[in-house]
Amino acid sequence: MSAHADPTLWVRSRSKPSALAKLFDNKTFLIFICLAPALGLLLVFLTYPLGLGIYLSFTDTQLGKPGVWVGLENFQYLLTDRVFLNTVWNTIFYTAAATAAKFALGLWLALLLNENVPLKSLLRAIILLPWITPTVLSAIAFGWIYDPQFSIISYVFKHLGLISTNFDFLGTPWHARWSLVVANTWRGIPFVAISLLAGLQTISPSLYEAAMLDGASGWQRFRRVTVPLLMPILAVVLTFSVLFTFADFQLVYAITRGGPINSTHLMATLAFQRGIPGAALGEGAAIAVSMIPFLVIATLFSYFAVGNRKWQQGSDDDV
Amino acid sequence: MAEVSIRDVRKAFGATQILHGVNVEVADGEFVILVGPSGCGKSTLLRMIAGLENISSGDISIGGRVVNNVAPKERDIAMVFQNYALYPHMTVRENMAFSLILAKAPKAVLEQKVGRAADILGLTQLLDRYPRQLSGGQRQRVAMGRAIVRDPQVFLFDEPLSNLDAKLRVQMRGEIKDLHQRLRTTTVYVTHDQIEAMTMADKIVVMQGGNVEQIGAPLDLYDRPANLFVAGFIGSPAMNFLKGRIQGGAFRVGDMLLPLGSTRGVAEGMPVVYGIRPEHWRLDDGGIPATVRLVEPTGSETQVVAEFAGHRVVCAFRERVTARPGEILCITPDPACVHLFDDATGMRLA
Amino acid sequence: MSELASPAPISTKDVPQVMAWDSRARRAVTIYVPLACFLLILLFPFYWMTITTFKPNGELLDYTHTNPFWINSPTLDNIRKLLFETEYPRWLTTTMGVAFGATAISLVASVLAAYAIQRLRFRGSKYVGLAIYLAYLVPPSILFIPLAEVVYSFGLFDSPWALVLTYPTFLIPFCTWLLIGYFKSIPYELEECALIDGASRLQILRRITLPLAVPGLISAGIFAFTLSWNEFIYALAFISSSENKTVPVAILTELVQGDVYQWGALMAGALLGSLPVAIFYSFFVEYYVSSLTGAVKE
Repeated sequence: MSAHADPTLWVRSRSKPSALAKLFDNKTFLIFICLAPALGLLLVFLTYPLGLGIYLSFTDTQLGKPGVWVGLENFQYLLTDRVFLNTVWNTIFYTAAATAAKFALGLWLALLLNENVPLKSLLRAIILLPWITPTVLSAIAFGWIYDPQFSIISYVFKHLGLISTNFDFLGTPWHARWSLVVANTWRGIPFVAISLLAGLQTISPSLYEAAMLDGASGWQRFRRVTVPLLMPILAVVLTFSVLFTFADFQLVYAITRGGPINSTHLMATLAFQRGIPGAALGEGAAIAVSMIPFLVIATLFSYFAVGNRKWQQGSDDDV
Repeated sequence: MAEVSIRDVRKAFGATQILHGVNVEVADGEFVILVGPSGCGKSTLLRMIAGLENISSGDISIGGRVVNNVAPKERDIAMVFQNYALYPHMTVRENMAFSLILAKAPKAVLEQKVGRAADILGLTQLLDRYPRQLSGGQRQRVAMGRAIVRDPQVFLFDEPLSNLDAKLRVQMRGEIKDLHQRLRTTTVYVTHDQIEAMTMADKIVVMQGGNVEQIGAPLDLYDRPANLFVAGFIGSPAMNFLKGRIQGGAFRVGDMLLPLGSTRGVAEGMPVVYGIRPEHWRLDDGGIPATVRLVEPTGSETQVVAEFAGHRVVCAFRERVTARPGEILCITPDPACVHLFDDATGMRLA
Repeated sequence: MSELASPAPISTKDVPQVMAWDSRARRAVTIYVPLACFLLILLFPFYWMTITTFKPNGELLDYTHTNPFWINSPTLDNIRKLLFETEYPRWLTTTMGVAFGATAISLVASVLAAYAIQRLRFRGSKYVGLAIYLAYLVPPSILFIPLAEVVYSFGLFDSPWALVLTYPTFLIPFCTWLLIGYFKSIPYELEECALIDGASRLQILRRITLPLAVPGLISAGIFAFTLSWNEFIYALAFISSSENKTVPVAILTELVQGDVYQWGALMAGALLGSLPVAIFYSFFVEYYVSSLTGAVKE
């Protein structure tokens, strides 16, 4: 038996690690290397444009033509612009109505799914479909469902003898607004329902059993156990939902393009219309920038009003 | 194998001081247990030996080499974690061989070392399983196997048995002790369970609040605790403490007089704490009449909670006691087994 | 010295039983009927999309002689038109490329960032994490105008690279956040143990942390992929030539000519544009759901 093959003769070598390995064992260097790609990309394509957008909103820049500093002129103009003011109002309406509908229906759906129903995971997968399909494409489908002449909804109602003429889904401002809210709600329900379902599933069944033995009715169990324990997750989902509804673009752009007569514009679609096809980058940026205060307020409100309860403070040591 | 020496080691996280100057010497081949209530700094100390925490001041040396600035992998130690820290995506074999693979050991070495460790621990049948497929005791053994494979100078154990149920804990306790007797590797072991410490250690280090309270052999700590903390911490059920004064060569509590074995170092009228272990009470018709409050037969002995002069004491008798709560039982302490502590400092007097 | 591995305990909680005092009829009315309505409404647009795709034009616009809910003479005409008379295959490959590229970049950047924030723990790591989270709250619709300027000045206008590089701005925050959660669930002791076993930081990342975070990586990857596929506003603003458009944008802008909506072709486009992402999704539903819910719970 050669010495080489004798396992007992092997000793752990204390070989010098390579320079590269050594460099990567240096924590400061490692932290820098790890953060560089993410922070670099975010700085160049997020932070810088955010600042640039604020700057642009104070200039009269046109597409492909550098502008000059005009101070608050863009904002002053917007404050006198009926279309813009209408748009702000419509955006708030759209956000409020769609969020309320999404949460009411989403919570209901989550509660239904939390019951002992068969094929739960398959149901969950199917229910998420509206959420994962590209918004624009489902929006086009809604455009077809809302067609003035060949709307399937009108057909059904007419067939049942409930109406005699077709619904005019997108023809008048209010009809169009509600039609958009319905489409947005349709798309948003799955996200709310599945997120809240996840929250519901973290509530220990023994709490319900205890409440039941304490004599709580179904409604009382929902009101006293489910709702308070769901609040933290509700706050997060609400924040996201408000944020993304308020900044929505695709749905309106695909279904109405802001019409009829600019009545369904959201701030994002108006900013696009004025900024890109309209070439007034400065004005478009000003419209986009005016969304920021609303977003900040909405975020802070949903975070502080709904989240952060006293009993949530303190740590969960068992995690 | 090597000795470990810890000299005036301190640790601070920001403004909070975790360790206030700890000195411990671990001889070559010794099995030393750090024991104390949670938050006493024992785990921090162990992690400092392993190199997982920085040392704020003082020195730790292993085998005569100061290792303060040596990376964990170069300290030649092996550690068994409380949750075993088995790599869930590796089989038992891969778990045990991981350190050797990293050190680029030849395959023959690997086979031989893993085989030997598996043999010692009875894991040979389980080498191709994943940690998820093992029971708690088996995982515990794999964690030890991983340590054995490394042939380290020092074994470190961080509360390795606390995730096991009571029965398995007793079994593994025996296995670890047996393993140490076979391998004779220097071992530092952390636990909060004083029974583990008593049964396994060559030497116990009792810690509290970042200080070492006492170092000694298990029975020395039991028989001659240096202070009230150690006296109360070691032993189960815990030692009874009575506050009172020295009077006429005896101990006075309320209007009772209790006998003392020796009065060395105590002065008349001095306020002291009188300590007596439960098993050092005897039934004695001429003793102190005490009211029975609770009787707990364990089979091998009977524990009685009795009350006299407004104090509750726990007594453990080898004989079966049939007294019922509310009855009077006459008990007397064994004077030779009395511990006296200074009421002001808590230090042992006699 | 060997005890058998105990089998996984059978939990009664997994399958809550229907209690005897809960009547069947009550459950049907309060649970199954509403659930069926939800399903009907949530799925109807897809049904309508599909059925329109396969209808000949005559049937499409005639509700009096045929039942609109069914197809009498199905046709592949709309699909044939989409595949052979438009640049749909080209849009599809562009979208695939952009989605894969953006996902890959985002995953690499996010894994490293999440590892640094959650595992390397440095002074201020909490704030870096918070900053990345805040980046997620900045919606693309307030960024696209200045970003168009940035893209233009980099000479990337009308190039798919503009999308590959800008999509990570909303993908990285999400993925990083998700992965921080996954890394958190990996016990520290594993890395400490590997450190004692002699592994370097890089070896720990490669041999311990990453293999254990694979489910998290898959979740983040799927999510990033679907988000990239569905992105609209950047693709609309930064791409002008038809052949570089992504599927969602192209279907809306290239298939609508004038005021006459070719609903058959449009629905075919919507169906085929949704299908790849739906198929992709169906393979990884569980990961997708867990990332969605995991991110919310963080």
